[in-house]
Amino acid sequence: MNSDAIALDDHSHAPSGVMRWLTSTNHKDIGTLYLCFSLLMFFFAGALAMLIRAELFQPGLQLFQPAVFNQLTTMHGLIMIFGAIMPSLVGFANWQVPLMIGASDMAFPRLNNWSFWLLPAAGILLISTFFVPGGALAGGWTMYPPLFIQGGIAYDIAILAVHILGVSSIMGAINIIVTILNMRAPGMTLMKMPMFVWTWLITAFLLVAVMPVLACAITMLLADRNFGTHFFDAAGGGDPVMFQHLFWFFGHPEVYIMILPAFGIVSTIIPTFARKPLFGYVSMVYAVASIAFLSFIVWAHHMFTTGMPLGGQLFFMYTTMLIAIPTGIKVFNWVATLWRGSISFETPMLFALAFVFLFTIGGFSGLVLSLVPVDIQLQDTYYVVAHFHYVLFSGSAMAIMGGVYYWLPKWTGHLYDERLGKIHFWLTAVAFNITFFPMHFLGLAGMPRRIPDYALQFADFNRIASLGAFLLGASQLLWLYIVIKCVRGGAPAGNQPWDGADTLEWTQTSPPPYHSFVIPPLVK
Amino acid sequence: MQAPAEYAAHADVYYVPPPSIWPIVGSVALLTLAAGFVMVLHQMAAGPLLMALGAAILLVMLCGWFGAVIRESLSGKYDAQVDASFRWGMVWFIFSEVMFFAGFFGALFYARNVALSMLADAQLLWPGFTAAWPTAGPGMKTAITPVEAWGIPAFNTLVLLSSGATLTWAHRGLQRGRPLQLKLGLALTIALGVLFIGLQIHEYGAAAFTIRDGIYGATFYLLTGFHGFHVLLGTVMLSVVLMRSLAGHFTPARHFAFVAVAWYWHFVDVIWLLLFIFVYCL
Ligand code: HEM
Ligand SMILES: [Cu+2]
Repeated sequence: MNSDAIALDDHSHAPSGVMRWLTSTNHKDIGTLYLCFSLLMFFFAGALAMLIRAELFQPGLQLFQPAVFNQLTTMHGLIMIFGAIMPSLVGFANWQVPLMIGASDMAFPRLNNWSFWLLPAAGILLISTFFVPGGALAGGWTMYPPLFIQGGIAYDIAILAVHILGVSSIMGAINIIVTILNMRAPGMTLMKMPMFVWTWLITAFLLVAVMPVLACAITMLLADRNFGTHFFDAAGGGDPVMFQHLFWFFGHPEVYIMILPAFGIVSTIIPTFARKPLFGYVSMVYAVASIAFLSFIVWAHHMFTTGMPLGGQLFFMYTTMLIAIPTGIKVFNWVATLWRGSISFETPMLFALAFVFLFTIGGFSGLVLSLVPVDIQLQDTYYVVAHFHYVLFSGSAMAIMGGVYYWLPKWTGHLYDERLGKIHFWLTAVAFNITFFPMHFLGLAGMPRRIPDYALQFADFNRIASLGAFLLGASQLLWLYIVIKCVRGGAPAGNQPWDGADTLEWTQTSPPPYHSFVIPPLVK
Repeated sequence: MQAPAEYAAHADVYYVPPPSIWPIVGSVALLTLAAGFVMVLHQMAAGPLLMALGAAILLVMLCGWFGAVIRESLSGKYDAQVDASFRWGMVWFIFSEVMFFAGFFGALFYARNVALSMLADAQLLWPGFTAAWPTAGPGMKTAITPVEAWGIPAFNTLVLLSSGATLTWAHRGLQRGRPLQLKLGLALTIALGVLFIGLQIHEYGAAAFTIRDGIYGATFYLLTGFHGFHVLLGTVMLSVVLMRSLAGHFTPARHFAFVAVAWYWHFVDVIWLLLFIFVYCL
């Protein structure tokens, strides 16, 4: 079947100019929008991180008052999570899921467009809080009351922004689930789906299940702030800890929402460059499913210091430790895929290998934190910051970078600059570790997170971390340059630049025609 | 399958709609609505105006978008696969709504069974406070007289349950090609929905406590309020379905709009049963 011939005349109903992007019903255009938006947010939130590290470069208050510093950390967290990582993963889903299952588009193309265009609306609201009286949000991305109830107008704006983000996520997730369930090419049974598609199916399920609970929690915050309710106020019989339960019932699955698609990307890259099929495909599927299941019953490991009954602490400690099992299965399978493969080290592969290595470190520090007596010492220290940056930066973000290098040739039709890509990788991997590894020591020594000043004894490691962070930030400008260069031109990629790849998108031209797989291919 | 012409003639290709203005209009609407709402909350003069503008844009968007879907449906663009997409989509949407209410019910259980007893155990701040439901909390000292379950709420339960029955009766009529039964059933269902909302408003007016009266008032009004809002939405959707029935849009074989709204209505019914048990009776 030759689908490029089919698509030739089909650009007729694609408007050009700005309307193409505003009104698009095309999964590739919308995927591009998601990816560009998340790149923008990545740099914005990254700039905030640079400011944070500049303040922490040495003890004492240098650049910012504490209130401003709190705004920086809060907005950095919120925007990275909701503006950078999640939208970029949805961008991958938009581009890749229809291509990988042999569908013509997403199941609900118009809804797809709306899911995207709600993001800038929420982004405008969030960023506008920097300019309102009282300043931006400063209560932490976790939005805990009572602090969150005492803040100014920025807090109401942020609640509505998060509501809009939630609507976008839920609609996007429903779209992805329905696309996967209903639009697969004939012959592609569930257990023949590429791993990336599986991870997104389960991620989308998590999104539909937990975003509404976040909506509940922040609705109650809004009511406590404005309508005189007492959900989180003990004087009225409520309980601020109740917010934490609701928030983390969303929040823990949320961290898996950010890592499962990254697992999918890595599970796609490693077999390609090891030139071997993914080891233990079926166990991979079950591992992802059990991680998703477990993620619903571990949430209170974020709350070990809130005065939970002993039974609760034990329950959440053991369930949290259980997660290490399916996670371990995944790491084992990635390594086993490499075993006796004929491996080559192109940039995507470098990112994927670094992911396996560094994510595992993050998993281990998570395991350390799951131990109640240890966590009681480490809660709200830099150890936690080190943990979640190992899983979120060297985990999600570096998998995303690897995925971008892997699919850029398909998306643009050009090869990226391999030499620069490798330089970007090494800069990123090294700078990342310089930045975040010392934070383990800082945390173990007792340095609290979310403060602009610290005791002298922490000065050395903080200086190292700040220097690493500036290098890490600067390296990402190189990434931006490589991506822009690749979009604008480069050696033609051909249909299949990676000889080890075997998913359906590589049967299409690069870039694929406006409508790919108008007539579904037959999968054997 | 090489030539473009052949593709155009290919009838069972999944329908991908042309570019559409409505999603971006919807985003502008929500942004305006949210900005207006924040301004209302902070007593700024432009707030109500902005909110009204946002709501108006949203209304235009909904009419435009659903209008487009209805036109596409009537002109036969949706094959069985598209139909299956709509079914799955509705199922997962209702699942997300289930989780939304699950969060509020979870808050109710937590407040009643966990937080309250912990407050009573910790005698430090409020000595002598005992955990008894309903309560306005230890710092408020207001006694709460809850709404009597076996008055209006019980009657409302009957109203919603019968509305479920009339809706099923209407569906029967649609499937068996009896348009009169369809329209009558729908009209009855809508009437029962309106009756329910009316009684609920009356009950709010007569209740001896407000949303400010501690955790009981807060959970009561939030749960019943969101449920009531869903009944309102359902009633509006039923009215649209009734109008479409009058216009003859549905056939015994193809009428997913009806089915989707019916699923939604039954879901709202079930939520009410849970509310009746856990908010009013227990
Ligand atoms: C083996 C798997 C994991 C275990 C056992 C684990 C365990 C934990 C524990 C116990 C905490 C609470 C620390 C505290 O606040 O005292 C925590 C925090 C955190 N984890 Fe993990 N984790 C794991 C994987 C992940 C993954 C995959 C992600 C994200 C991709 C992640 C993201 C986070 C974040 C963001 C926080 C901090 C939230 C905050 O307080 O701001 N974790 N983890
Ligand atoms: Cu967690």
